Amino acid sequence: MLAIPDDFKSFLRETGETFRFVIRFFREGFRPHYEVQEFVRQCFVIGYKSFPLVALTAFIIGLVLTMQLRPTMVKYGVDVQIPAMVGIAIVREIGPILTALIFAGKIGSSIGAELGSMKVTEQIDAMEVSGTNPFKYLVVTRSFACMLMLPILVVLADAIALFGSYLGVNMYETLTFSLFFKKVFDNIAYIDVIPAFIKTFFFGFAVGIVGCYKGYYSKKGTEGVGLSANSSVVVSSVLIFILDLIAVQFAELFQ
Amino acid sequence: MPEAVIKIEGLCKSFGTNQVLDHFDLSLFRGENLAVLGKSGSGKSVLIKCIIGLITPEQGKIHILGENILAINQTALDQIRVKVAFLFQSNALYDSMTVRENLEFPLRRHSFQLNTDEVNSRVIEALQNVGLEHTIDMMPAELSGGMRKRIALARTLILKPEIILYDEPTTGLDPITSLEIISLINKIQEKYHTSSIIITHDMKCVKLVAQRVAMLLDGKCYAVGTYDELSESTDEKIRQFFN
Repeated sequence: MLAIPDDFKSFLRETGETFRFVIRFFREGFRPHYEVQEFVRQCFVIGYKSFPLVALTAFIIGLVLTMQLRPTMVKYGVDVQIPAMVGIAIVREIGPILTALIFAGKIGSSIGAELGSMKVTEQIDAMEVSGTNPFKYLVVTRSFACMLMLPILVVLADAIALFGSYLGVNMYETLTFSLFFKKVFDNIAYIDVIPAFIKTFFFGFAVGIVGCYKGYYSKKGTEGVGLSANSSVVVSSVLIFILDLIAVQFAELFQ
Repeated sequence: MPEAVIKIEGLCKSFGTNQVLDHFDLSLFRGENLAVLGKSGSGKSVLIKCIIGLITPEQGKIHILGENILAINQTALDQIRVKVAFLFQSNALYDSMTVRENLEFPLRRHSFQLNTDEVNSRVIEALQNVGLEHTIDMMPAELSGGMRKRIALARTLILKPEIILYDEPTTGLDPITSLEIISLINKIQEKYHTSSIIITHDMKCVKLVAQRVAMLLDGKCYAVGTYDELSESTDEKIRQFFN
């Protein structure tokens, strides 16, 4: 009989524990009492403080994408379609996926490291013995905040990337702001926007819950804190791509 | 006979094949300081974590203020935890919060009727008890090891608990700071009439704070008595702690 490799066993065990963690999240997340104050604070920390990085990268991507596209579009005589093409690319794919990956890098690692550090220094135990449910206070609030803040950041990132693209177009020709955005929106349908927006809730949840899981069950002292931060980013980034693949397949059904 | 605020009966806990607690029995009486002595790795911290509900034992009963905490729900356990404070060996101060926020955290979550002034005065009182009022707006990382221990002690006092559990309160501290912490433990007992279990292997601490001493050996409560009684024992296993 074929023996199951230890690595595969450990992968299955980890997957099972993650699912149990997710189930616990839904069980505890919707049961009173709610940690509203901490949730609002986390929304500020996660959303507002990630905005400058997201905005900068979105602006550069919009600008660079336009500049890179231009020679090919000019070659085929369709440079007039640059706003439409960039618009669709940003709204449907680049905006959500790029923002989610930056979010995973910044927020996923920070949640993993923060909770990991709290775990190894017994701060989570201290919270529990003071009669506070640490799962609700730390995990539920952060995961919900990620789920809420990422879609908002994606909408803002899309807008900023399109603005970058507008500047990119105007580096070579003069196109008014209103005409640029008219060309963008004339070529974007609800079917482009809605699935792209909905999937960002799942991306946000993946980043939050993975960061929390890795931190909450951090082991091996300070080395474990580093591992938690690192694996939070790796696992949530891979999950983002898998979820994106599923979302695209699902959206195809309605087209 | 004084009232037992904590009564442990037949407590068993194992990790894999390692039986850490084996039918352990112990009582803590109201108003006393009880030291639990044992070698490193003998299960002292496991015992104290079972008492506060951080580790679930396989067998036995733990009565705290009359309630068996192993047979009650989470809400009832949280209500008992308000009356039982725990001083962690690592202090476990929330390092993303200031000293004030650390002290306010349990207060704001359990004493909803207190207004801002009352919360503030409770924080100041707790800090005065440990002589560190000036650190109120500092972060834990800015404090020395001894100061962190005293702030952690102030946090345990903030809800005015009836019982305090100390996990190795003097470990890792220099002899002078250790004496300061020992003196604080005695001062707290005198001022608030608390009952305490002190987990330690620091014999000076045991001698200066404990009215009774329990010895944890091979997972069982091997002996209980006053410091003098145990130090005069002819039993070799007991004597090795006092030599």
